[in-house]
Amino acid sequence: MEPRCSIGHYNPGTDEYTLHTTSQNPHLTRLLISAFVMGIPENKLTVIAPDVGGGFGSKIYHYGEEALVLAAAKKLGRTVKWTADRTEAFLTDAHGRDHVTKIELALDAEGNFLAFRTETMANVGAYLSNFSTATPTFLHGTLMAGNYTVPLVYVIVKAVFTNTAPVDAYRGAGRPEATFSLERVIDKAARELGMDPIELRRKNFVKPDQYPFASAAGLEYDSGNYDALMDQMEKVADKAGFEARRKESEAKGLLRGFGVNAYIEACGIAPSNLVGVLGSRVGLYDAATVRVNATGNLSVMVGAHSHGQGHETVFPQVVAEMLGIEAESIDIVHGDTSKIPFGMGTYGSRSLAVCGSAVVRATEKIINKAKKIAAHMLEASDEDITLKDGVFSVAGTDKSVSFGEVALKAYIPHEFPLEDIEPGLEETAFYDPANFTYPSGAYCCEVEVDPETGKVRVDRMTAVDDFGNVINPMVVTGQVHGGLGQGIGQALVENTTYDENGQLLSASYMDYTMPRADDLPCYIVDHSKGNPCTHNPLGGKGCGEAGAIGSPPTVVNAVIDALQSGGKNVTHIDMPMTPHRVWSAMNNA
Amino acid sequence: MYAFDIERPSSVADAVAALGAEDAQALGGGQTLIPTLKQRLAAPSKLVSLGSVTEMQGVASEGGSIRIGGATNHATVAAQVGGTYPALADLAANIGDPAVRNRGTIGGSLANNDPAACYPAAALASGATIITNKRQIAADEYFQGMFTTALGEGEIITGVLFPVPEQASYQKFVQPASRFALVGVFVAKYSDGVRVAVTGASNEGVQRWSAAEEALSANFSADAVSGLNFPTDDLIADLHGSADYRAHLVKVMTGRAVVAAS
Repeated sequence: MEPRCSIGHYNPGTDEYTLHTTSQNPHLTRLLISAFVMGIPENKLTVIAPDVGGGFGSKIYHYGEEALVLAAAKKLGRTVKWTADRTEAFLTDAHGRDHVTKIELALDAEGNFLAFRTETMANVGAYLSNFSTATPTFLHGTLMAGNYTVPLVYVIVKAVFTNTAPVDAYRGAGRPEATFSLERVIDKAARELGMDPIELRRKNFVKPDQYPFASAAGLEYDSGNYDALMDQMEKVADKAGFEARRKESEAKGLLRGFGVNAYIEACGIAPSNLVGVLGSRVGLYDAATVRVNATGNLSVMVGAHSHGQGHETVFPQVVAEMLGIEAESIDIVHGDTSKIPFGMGTYGSRSLAVCGSAVVRATEKIINKAKKIAAHMLEASDEDITLKDGVFSVAGTDKSVSFGEVALKAYIPHEFPLEDIEPGLEETAFYDPANFTYPSGAYCCEVEVDPETGKVRVDRMTAVDDFGNVINPMVVTGQVHGGLGQGIGQALVENTTYDENGQLLSASYMDYTMPRADDLPCYIVDHSKGNPCTHNPLGGKGCGEAGAIGSPPTVVNAVIDALQSGGKNVTHIDMPMTPHRVWSAMNNA
Repeated sequence: MYAFDIERPSSVADAVAALGAEDAQALGGGQTLIPTLKQRLAAPSKLVSLGSVTEMQGVASEGGSIRIGGATNHATVAAQVGGTYPALADLAANIGDPAVRNRGTIGGSLANNDPAACYPAAALASGATIITNKRQIAADEYFQGMFTTALGEGEIITGVLFPVPEQASYQKFVQPASRFALVGVFVAKYSDGVRVAVTGASNEGVQRWSAAEEALSANFSADAVSGLNFPTDDLIADLHGSADYRAHLVKVMTGRAVVAAS
């Protein structure tokens, strides 16, 4: 949300540059500036991204201003700061979405899916941003089998240059577009076939005994249970009460619709080997250093960048639980390339699944070494040492030392077996995942449409997600809430508009509609039906983008249902479904 | 923003004197002017803030009318007019957000005459009188097109006199982004007839809808306007709504205003 800002500083005494910038991934920015833009050796360039006021994708990329403030700082001999105003942000930040897709679904007479075929024109803007070509291709086409056992999937994506700002990853990045087209055409098929939209989806769901499941679009889904999510959604959303609510709306002269959606997405990006095969030129591991200080408190240096995701809460929880110590004694360090190991940053719902796994691996190393120190202190064998509630004990005895005592010993290594154990207690791990994680969900919403004005109000919104093991339910709920807000915004109000001469019309909040609190309902969010990810040590699946992926087709399906209930023969409305567009659709139907 | 001087006179006379300086500009609540300055679209030499002019503050009943000082902010109108002219209080209570309502003033709104502003609809539908430091101007003569009024150089709106109608309502359909009126309709029923003023719709700024006034004067019900069509010539068309959509909304909002007023 905050506009981009960069501050360049140059120290002629040491020939060192420092860049403070609004970035989701300071190491990637440093790499790009060093390797491709300015040729500054990485050991002469520090990139610091402190608390950043929101990213949502637009701050993944390296922007020209970052290099310019560094060059200017050197030339002028003084610190140089640049801040975008809101209009400059609209004009120059990478935008999102902007696909034009034609999708076809073939079914047999019983409603079994036989094939999906999609053709997409993806706008990449006037010039390429860092991941412009990845978003509409391998983050989109690979999801075009959805949650379904469909045997055949055909996808062709043509990336097109236009005169707009660059278009790149934005919360969900390719997967919302995949889910949207699939779930819209499935809804249309259900309506044309006279089938219940939920039953049609259930009929084609991958079933729990089919995992690992090789999708027709080339991914291997590791775990899930889509029917269980749908069951839970129908329950917590009180689907049974819909007809009564529809009658209440009709009594007020409003049309009520029920929309449903089942999504799967691939996040926790990503196996470096896999994205390498798909054409990516970076690796997508992450890294963590766990530093146990001498008096027993911890600094955990992570590659993931926290700009609202709650890493400061969740990563200490993970470490604290593994070590059996208080989370309050653990601090997270992020966002400064001079302090943290080389991490790939935060996007693609990867913080917990990838960086969190690196934190686990580094903490495991800490435990292994601490056990050796404890064994030495207790004159026992390493294998006999157990760690529980922050205390190392010799199994079967009452001999023990606390975690704090071990930490102090590591830094005051008197009578230390230096040939076996180095002093200090600090470990680093890099983690490269074996696969994406595959969160899935069943969403529904109820809307009221004013048939006189076309105004849509989202009355109820339910998100039931499978995020595997959930470390911190409140943080996860917050992530889903934010995603739902953005998804509803996309569905109903948000739109970047250029005129035919390439002039940006939506260049301020006077014309670009941000969803506000009174545009959004109270959400029903449920993540009680998780199936653990099978390949990362936490069993967690990414949750950051799910809400933005699952909600847009849910809202559109609900609006179409509402209009059909009012006798309007409207089968599709392009997002955003502004009052004017809905009214026009009703009056052209 | 370019540099400028600022004066805060405490009387109308001092304000008029201060505005005599070359390129001086009156500052009401600044809800339009300050953003304009920030974007460097205006470069006044001096701003003359009217907020400290005590004789331009406040609300008073005068017979069957309400007089509102030109420097009175929207929140004050919303809080103090409800007993006598609830539709006007309701309009004021729904302008912008709390920050806007506690800064923006009725005089500033009417002097700017933004084609999507709310107050011009109230003033025109009420047949209000715009009181300046020089004269009194009937609303029908005051509004002269988008961002254009009868005000002359150095002329300040010191107050507005609203005759209180028997029944009235303002219905606004908001532009989703700015939440200005995409279309706003103020319907006011007086003993001698009904006045209907429309904001947001026209390139000519706020205007009366005479066909609806005639129909509603004969029969004050929503049915009376359901067969009418608001003329589409010279309506605003932009990314938020076509001319046809705006014309349709005028009719819908007029009907709803009648229902709400009844």
